[in-house]
Amino acid sequence: METGVPEHEYLRPHKKFPSVWCPGCGIGIVMGAIIRAVRARQLSRDGVAMISGIGCTGRMPVYLDFNTMHTTHGRALAFATGLKLARPDMAVIVVMGDGDAMAIGGNHFIHAARRNIELTAIVVNNRVYGMTGGQVSPATPTGVKATTAPYGQIEQAFDIARVAEAAGASFVARSTTYHAIELDRFIARGLEKRGFAVVEVLAQCPVFWREPGQIGDPVAMLKWFRDNTTTDPDRAASGKILRGVIVDRELPGYVESYHRLVKAGRKREGA
Amino acid sequence: MANKRSRPTSPARAFARARLMQGNVAIAEGAVAAGLGFFAAYPITPANEIAAYLSRVLPRRGGVFIQMEDEIASLSAVIGASVGGLKAATATSGPGFSLMQENIGYAAAAEIPCVIINVQRAGPSTGLPGGPAQGDVMQARWGTHGDHPIIVLCPSTVREAYELVIHAFNLSEQYRTPVILLTDEVLGRMSEAVELPLPEVRVVERPRAEVPPEWYFPYDNARGDVPPLVPFGQGYRYHITGLFHDKAGFPTSRLDEIQAWQERLFRKIDGSVDRLARIEEEETEDADTVIVAYGSMARSARHAMRQARRANKRVGLVRLVTLWPFHDAAIERISRRVKRVVVAEMNRGQIVREVARVSRGRTQVVGVNRADGEMIEPAEILSAVEA
Repeated sequence: METGVPEHEYLRPHKKFPSVWCPGCGIGIVMGAIIRAVRARQLSRDGVAMISGIGCTGRMPVYLDFNTMHTTHGRALAFATGLKLARPDMAVIVVMGDGDAMAIGGNHFIHAARRNIELTAIVVNNRVYGMTGGQVSPATPTGVKATTAPYGQIEQAFDIARVAEAAGASFVARSTTYHAIELDRFIARGLEKRGFAVVEVLAQCPVFWREPGQIGDPVAMLKWFRDNTTTDPDRAASGKILRGVIVDRELPGYVESYHRLVKAGRKREGA
Repeated sequence: MANKRSRPTSPARAFARARLMQGNVAIAEGAVAAGLGFFAAYPITPANEIAAYLSRVLPRRGGVFIQMEDEIASLSAVIGASVGGLKAATATSGPGFSLMQENIGYAAAAEIPCVIINVQRAGPSTGLPGGPAQGDVMQARWGTHGDHPIIVLCPSTVREAYELVIHAFNLSEQYRTPVILLTDEVLGRMSEAVELPLPEVRVVERPRAEVPPEWYFPYDNARGDVPPLVPFGQGYRYHITGLFHDKAGFPTSRLDEIQAWQERLFRKIDGSVDRLARIEEEETEDADTVIVAYGSMARSARHAMRQARRANKRVGLVRLVTLWPFHDAAIERISRRVKRVVVAEMNRGQIVREVARVSRGRTQVVGVNRADGEMIEPAEILSAVEA
């Protein structure tokens, strides 16, 4: 197995940088964290698949030297489910934005969690649709303005990590692009988990995030993550966003259960 | 067709080998015979027997069966499994087929082999779940957004359903494309005697890459019209996308790259019409009228043709086995010979438009149509033949 490859070797040599992402975007930080986590887990590039849907985060697989597939909007987890069942030996990482994972792909998200299929799902949550021009997403907090909520969002936002927990995921963690070292660790633990692992990452969209005091200022957004998140559940109860490993439990994974079924069937057949 | 392995069989021996088989089960068994490794579906009438059969059989053979959360997820998982190297299929009916359209386009553009079985029922909308129809002919051709080529096959008997599902897998691998098998409620749920295995059916495996990873391009326009697809995890790391892409699979907006890819995509299927498009003619040599039909409707049409022959009328039958790509040349040839073409189909007139387009006014083209969930009876076809 290929191990100890330098970090830059995980980037595609012929891929044209700069990336499609805007200056100050948080997705590059998440991509770096994924590379470091894959390296820490000593996974070979041939043994890793990265599947994405549509949106800014959906463009990530282009840059990474894995087996990569950019699928249709919202369906990355369903594509990944098929690939993982065909190639259980591969580590399958699914990268999605909040709109991709929780709106158009919300059904697949809860069912992947319920099935507890052995995928590592990374949700880059910038709480807005970036690629299409700053529309409200299912993760936009109430009151926040967006292109399609000029008077402020009147709906409530999904708590993505809690949705994953309630739907049955084995491992759920949340971090931010400010807490980059913590993020590496959570993704590495997600890769290790035998079951559905979700890492939600709060990320900045300097172009379309319209909170007063942060507009156009990625540093202000990162500082906001620093000041408004906590690893202390008590402080989270009084309005801060909880970071950390929220769920880590042992549940049978789908692929494992399926292969047990196949083995039992073969024994019955006397094969 | 002559075949070395086929030998004369006594009726008694044939009967001993024959099995009474339901159309949907024949499709499931045919898929397994073709090497099906992965099947994902969502419950829907009248296709359910396919999933029920495969959920029992695939795990015992080391294959994968999974019931997904909807039809969109089903085809997504099928494409993912195919990229993982398995022969993969899904089965559905009208409403589910509508949901699959976006991913059919993805599989066509990204050139991922897969088979989609649509046991048609009467629509639009929820329609008549237990009533047969052929209303998805144009949807199968044009249902996804954007221009794309597609292969659509349409069996008329249970035996042919078994054979054509194998053929569908073969074509999907040979041409790196989604292939749609259009059947209907009548064929899906009727039972007929089938002698298995079919002696003349062969199974095609996915072509392998002939070059090392550093020379491999999954969309290489210079390597024939169908460059091989290497499954993920075999050391050939590359990118797949639904965006317009270059030969390496990366998104592109360069016109020269887009045009070369698009030309090849169409050429590989439309350029093979003669090989792809199967048409069967019965009693057409001296015919002045032909009935064009496909799927289970061809059975009713054949009955009508024979009745007309018994009354000494010169009527023939043209049965379309491949619906898409449409065999323009064959239909044109026929339209030159006959005075009238009667197209009988369980919809409000879909293939009849193609026949009229190709005939260009050389012959009279008449449609016999029904879309109310009932088959068209031979008498209804005959009255159009005789009118």
